[in-house]
Amino acid sequence: MNSLVIAEHDNIELKPSTLNTVTAARIVGDNIDLLIAGKNCGAIADEGAKISGIAQVWLADSPEYEYQLAENMAPLIAALASDYSHVFAPSSTFGKNIMPRAAALLDVQQISDVVAVESEDTFVRPIYAGNAMATVRSKDSVKLITVRTTAFKMAEMAGKGKQEIGPSKGDLGLSGFVKRELSKSERPELTAAKIIVSGGRGMQNGENFALLEALADKLGAAVGASRAAVDAGFVPNDYQVGQTGKIVAPELYIAVGISGAIQHLAGMKDSKVIVAINKDEDAPIFQIADYGVVGDLFKIVPELTAELDK
Amino acid sequence: MKVLVAVKRVIDYNVKIRVRADGSGVETNNVKMSMNPFDEIAIEEAVRLKEAGKVDEIVAASIGAQQCQETLRTAFAMGADRGIHVLTEITLEPLAVSKLLRAIVQEENPDLVILGKQAIDDDSNQCAQILAGLLGWGQGTFASKLDFIDSKVEVTREVDGGLETLWLALPAVISADLRLNEPRYASLPNIMKAKKKTIDQKTPEDYGVDIAPRLETLKVENPPTRATGIKVADANELVIKLRDETGVI
Repeated sequence: MNSLVIAEHDNIELKPSTLNTVTAARIVGDNIDLLIAGKNCGAIADEGAKISGIAQVWLADSPEYEYQLAENMAPLIAALASDYSHVFAPSSTFGKNIMPRAAALLDVQQISDVVAVESEDTFVRPIYAGNAMATVRSKDSVKLITVRTTAFKMAEMAGKGKQEIGPSKGDLGLSGFVKRELSKSERPELTAAKIIVSGGRGMQNGENFALLEALADKLGAAVGASRAAVDAGFVPNDYQVGQTGKIVAPELYIAVGISGAIQHLAGMKDSKVIVAINKDEDAPIFQIADYGVVGDLFKIVPELTAELDK
Repeated sequence: MKVLVAVKRVIDYNVKIRVRADGSGVETNNVKMSMNPFDEIAIEEAVRLKEAGKVDEIVAASIGAQQCQETLRTAFAMGADRGIHVLTEITLEPLAVSKLLRAIVQEENPDLVILGKQAIDDDSNQCAQILAGLLGWGQGTFASKLDFIDSKVEVTREVDGGLETLWLALPAVISADLRLNEPRYASLPNIMKAKKKTIDQKTPEDYGVDIAPRLETLKVENPPTRATGIKVADANELVIKLRDETGVI
C-alpha cells in the first residue's frame, strides 16, 4: 500500500486539515507521499516534509497551480495517482472541489467524507446528514478518498521526508481567478478551534453577535452560526456549521439561540461537550446537549461572560 | 443559451429517516419524497436566467425510478420547459450519474449545466465536478452568484474562508449552493401547465453507459447516540459544571 495525500495550503501556510488527512492515510499503510501544488510554495514543501509519516514530498510549483483551480489540479493528481493505491484529500471546500474531478479522469468512484478506515478497501462515511453511517468497500484499483478531518487526529511534525520536483501539466485555460473576499478574524478558524460559540435565529440580528464575540474572546473560541442565522444575513456564509457548511468537533460547543435542526446537528454533534442556551425547553438541541440552560440568551450570555472572569 | 438542470428525488428534508433493521440501508417505502433542495435552487437559477432573457430553453433531467417523473413535473411547475427521464431501479453512484448526464449533454448540447452541490441523501457532493471532468469543461462549484460577461461566466463560490470568484469559459458546469437564490413556490396555473410539458423517457442502455456500481455497501447503521445531558439553572452553575466535570474550560 502506498498513499498520496493532497496538501491543503494557500502558498503561505500549510492548513491543519492536511495533518488530519495524513493520519487517516497512515491507517492504510506507512508509505505516504505528499503533493504540494501551488506557486512560490517551496516553504510549504519544507513544512510538509516534516509531517510524521511523509516519505516524500512532490512539489509542483508553477503559476497554473497558484489558485489550485480544479481544472488544472485534477490532471496533475490523475498523473501521479497511477503509482499509488490510495489518494487522500481533506473534505474541505478545497478537497471537495478537486478530488471528484480527478476521480472522473481516473474513472474511479471517489468515497466522500470518510470518518473511519476499516481496511485498505473498506471505509465508513456518514449519509443523510449523519443520521446513518454506511460502511462501503471499494472495487476500484486506486481509491480516492476525502477525509472528514474532525474524525482523525493531527499528525505530528517530527518527520524528515525527501523532496522531488513534481510534474507540471500546464494551464488548461478553462477557468481563472478573479478575486477572493476572505473573512478576516483574530479568532481561531472554526474547523481548528478547541471551543466554538455559535448563534442561531434567536440572536435576532447581526449586531447581537457582539454578545457571542465577547464570550468567545473570553474563551479563546471561534464564532459560528446556524444556517438560519446565515440565511437571515446576521453573519457571513463561512460562519455556517452544518450538513452543508462546516463540520466541527471541538472540545466545547456552545449553541446559543439555536433550535437544533437536523442539518445543524449534523455539523456539530461529534463535539466533546455541548452546551445549549435556548428559551424553548422543547428545542431539539437539548436532546444532544450535555448541559442545557433554559432561558433568555440576552441575560444568560452576558452573565456567562462575567462568570468566566471570577 | 440552453441550460440543462438535473433533479434528484430524495427523502424529504423534514423526514426523520429510519435505518432498516437488517442494516441494508435506509427505509424509503411509505416515506415522503421531494426534489433535492439544492436541485430546486439549480432550477430556480435557470428560470431566473430565462426570465432575464439570457436563456431560451431549460431542459430538466432526472435519473431513477418511475416516480422521478413527479420530480420533473415539479421542475416544470417552477419553469423548466421539458424533461428527460432515465429510468432505472438500481441506486446509482455519482460516477454513473455523471456518465449518464454526459451522454445527455452530448445529445442536447447545452451551454450551461446547473446541478445542486450535493444530494441530501448520499451527501457525496461529486456529480458536478465529475461531469465537468468527463466533459473537459470548467466547473464553478458551491456557487452563490453567477454573472455572465461576454462568452464567460463569473462564479462567486462559497469556500471555507469566505468567498472566491472565478471566471469559466462556456460551456461550463455550475453546482448550486444555498445562497444562490431562494426557490419559488409553483403557482396553481403553472402546476396545471406543467402537466402538458413533455418527458422523454430513456434507459441507461439507450445511452450505452456502464452504470455498474464500484462500491459495495456492507452495512448501514445508526450513528452512535449521545448520553442524555442535564439542565442547569443559570450561568453560574454552568461554569461550575464545565470546570469541575469536563475540564474543557
